[in-house]
Amino acid sequence: MSAFWHWFVVIITLGFIAAMVWLFIATGRARVPSETNEEGNETTGHVWDEDLTELNNPMPRWWLWLFYGTVIWSLIYLALYPGLGNFAGITGWTSEGQYIEEMEQATAEFDARFGELVGRPLEELAHNPEALRLGRNIFAHNCSTCHGSDARGARGYPNLTNNHWSWGGRPEQVLTSIYEGREGIMPGFGDALNDQEVTRTAVFVQQLAGMQVDQTMAAAGRRHYDMLCAACHGPDGEGNPDLGSPDLTAGVFSYGSSIDAIRETIRNGRHGVMPAQRDLLGEARSRLVAAYVLSLNETNSDADD
Amino acid sequence: MSEATTYNDKVIRQFALMTAVWGLIGMLVGVLIAAQLIWPGMTLDISWLSYGRLRPLHTNAVIFAFGGSALFATSYYCVQRTCHARLFSDKLAAFTFWGWQAVIVGAVITLPMGLTMGKEYAELIWPLAILVALVWVAYAVVFFGTIVKRKVKHIYVANWFLGAFILTVAVLHIVNNLAIPTSLTHSYPIYAGTVDAMVQWWYGHNAVGFFLTAGFLGMMYYFVPKQAGRPIYSYRLSIVHFWSLIAIYMWAGPHHLQYTALPDWVQTLGMIFSIMLLAPSWGGMINGVMTLSGAWHKLRTDPILRFMIVALSFYGIATFEGPMMSIRTVNALSHYTDWTIGHVHAGALGWVAMISIGAIYSLWPRLFGLDKMYSTRLIEWHFWVSTIGTVLYIVAMWIAGVMQGLMWRTFNEDGTLTYTFAEVLQATYPYYGLRLFGGIVFTSGMFMMLYNLYKTWQMAPERNREVPVPAPAHA
Repeated sequence: MSAFWHWFVVIITLGFIAAMVWLFIATGRARVPSETNEEGNETTGHVWDEDLTELNNPMPRWWLWLFYGTVIWSLIYLALYPGLGNFAGITGWTSEGQYIEEMEQATAEFDARFGELVGRPLEELAHNPEALRLGRNIFAHNCSTCHGSDARGARGYPNLTNNHWSWGGRPEQVLTSIYEGREGIMPGFGDALNDQEVTRTAVFVQQLAGMQVDQTMAAAGRRHYDMLCAACHGPDGEGNPDLGSPDLTAGVFSYGSSIDAIRETIRNGRHGVMPAQRDLLGEARSRLVAAYVLSLNETNSDADD
Repeated sequence: MSEATTYNDKVIRQFALMTAVWGLIGMLVGVLIAAQLIWPGMTLDISWLSYGRLRPLHTNAVIFAFGGSALFATSYYCVQRTCHARLFSDKLAAFTFWGWQAVIVGAVITLPMGLTMGKEYAELIWPLAILVALVWVAYAVVFFGTIVKRKVKHIYVANWFLGAFILTVAVLHIVNNLAIPTSLTHSYPIYAGTVDAMVQWWYGHNAVGFFLTAGFLGMMYYFVPKQAGRPIYSYRLSIVHFWSLIAIYMWAGPHHLQYTALPDWVQTLGMIFSIMLLAPSWGGMINGVMTLSGAWHKLRTDPILRFMIVALSFYGIATFEGPMMSIRTVNALSHYTDWTIGHVHAGALGWVAMISIGAIYSLWPRLFGLDKMYSTRLIEWHFWVSTIGTVLYIVAMWIAGVMQGLMWRTFNEDGTLTYTFAEVLQATYPYYGLRLFGGIVFTSGMFMMLYNLYKTWQMAPERNREVPVPAPAHA
């Protein structure tokens, strides 16, 4: 704010308050020509619509003091807090400062209480009941929007409980996914392949996943697969966690395993984005939620054994 | 009798009837959306019956259709009687009636279709907003033209408030609706970002201050002394609270934007002037209630007067609550919760609706040359359902709002929220039920009112009565 606008705000604000106080005092003192009505009360002598009149009673004293009280309170507030243009107020309070302070305090309390716990290796945290309790809370408030409250995902949002990982399931890989986010891009091949070729390729992909399909179609599709898909998904379809290209032999399809869904994937490509969480959650909470996600898969693989 | 010597009561009869009709319709829409909050699927996913489209229809119908018609009716009545002059122009007055009804019908059609400017309490698309502006200019010409024609030197206090309401609403409406049309139904506001938000709430809060407060105080200043048969308590008080009310209200808008991108210093100014607004607001309540001194016994027998006195009490509650809610720390709890909805309805049901209903009951028989309404007993019933309905509604929303605010800010030891949004919603259901019940109870009174107005009209010896303008008591 320039000096001009600063003084503009200060003068308008204080001048206005002064004018209001003057209004209250001056009207209280002003003499009003009056008459006395038949009840012996002082009136202004005005009459409208046959019987509308007004008394010349003074303003209630408690009401005047209520007003002066709010004025004094407001002036004190203006001295303490930002309000008069650039004047920051004696307390130096700002809403942004209040936010930063509350966050720092919360972080300090969290670190004091859970700092040692969070520092332990992720493999250990994935078996620690307290870490899992905290991780579950964080997951419920931050991750469940996309991955579901049971972490089983939704169309386009991976299931986190089936031990199948596009970007790798080792603890440090899961943590990296949470810290940095992930962006998986599969280009569309609708320009390179005609409809029949797209269908054949889709059939081959289903065969990779172990589904019962037409062998001739699959064999024809393999040619396109080798040429266009193998670069990312590998010659045997086992995927590449460094690129986030899914293992096509696992039978897990985030965007659906029907022939139509796979055809759409091949034709138009896919673009999945998980936002980075490090700045949002902080490292400590990211580790806790990573441990929780890892624990979901350990339970499952135990059950499979 | 020649036109020049009678009052124009035709336009008043029209607006008074539409007050009750739009009141019933607007409140029924309110009941429907209150039910939708409990049973979201009840309107079968029909888009034009969805909550998001009906909610602005409810607010427009109760504020501008019901409240607006009540203000037109009572201001035309008051300005003629207290100026001892016929309305400035019958043609323009008729235009304000038909134009205003056209605006409302336009709202009833466009809002459910999803056509909106997206500004709260200013949703109407630009062609309708222009019609509103035209009607309002005509209203100002009729009103101030009549003041100019007055036969009494002093302008009655009610007319100060009505005049301030008409002038300011014109300015607010035009400034907030400035937009660049891109099609017949769509436009972009000329403001962007935080400035747009500030203009919107400068408008929004002064719509409350001038439409819902100053306008209805004008109504109160005519009908309370008339109904009580007593003089206004204090002339001085009316001067001071009039000027301070209209001057300070202008500053209070930013309190709707506490803890937002609006600079802190603007938020503070909005807040301190909201606090300073408490006494000026209460001035109207004191002057209204004290006007009854010497006539308290009339409250026992006159339910119309009781409507007015309870309206003033709710006005006092709402204008105390408002400044408190504008305080930064209180606002941090109350904002975005149903407490705000409760606060609005303490004003809308308790003050605006009850003073309007009282004024219409007082006005209607006079328009037909009758002493009183068809059934005083029915007014009595209407009074009780209105009072009980309002209390149930605001108590439900107070509890719900404070509960929501507290649940939203409860943290676990690890810094996560204790309650998810859905859990808070779950806890609110019983209060939504109580609010719906309160709304139904209040709305039931509007059926009684329409029936009573109809029966009174039937009793009228002369339905298009022409009342001669009497000579002023002294000029």
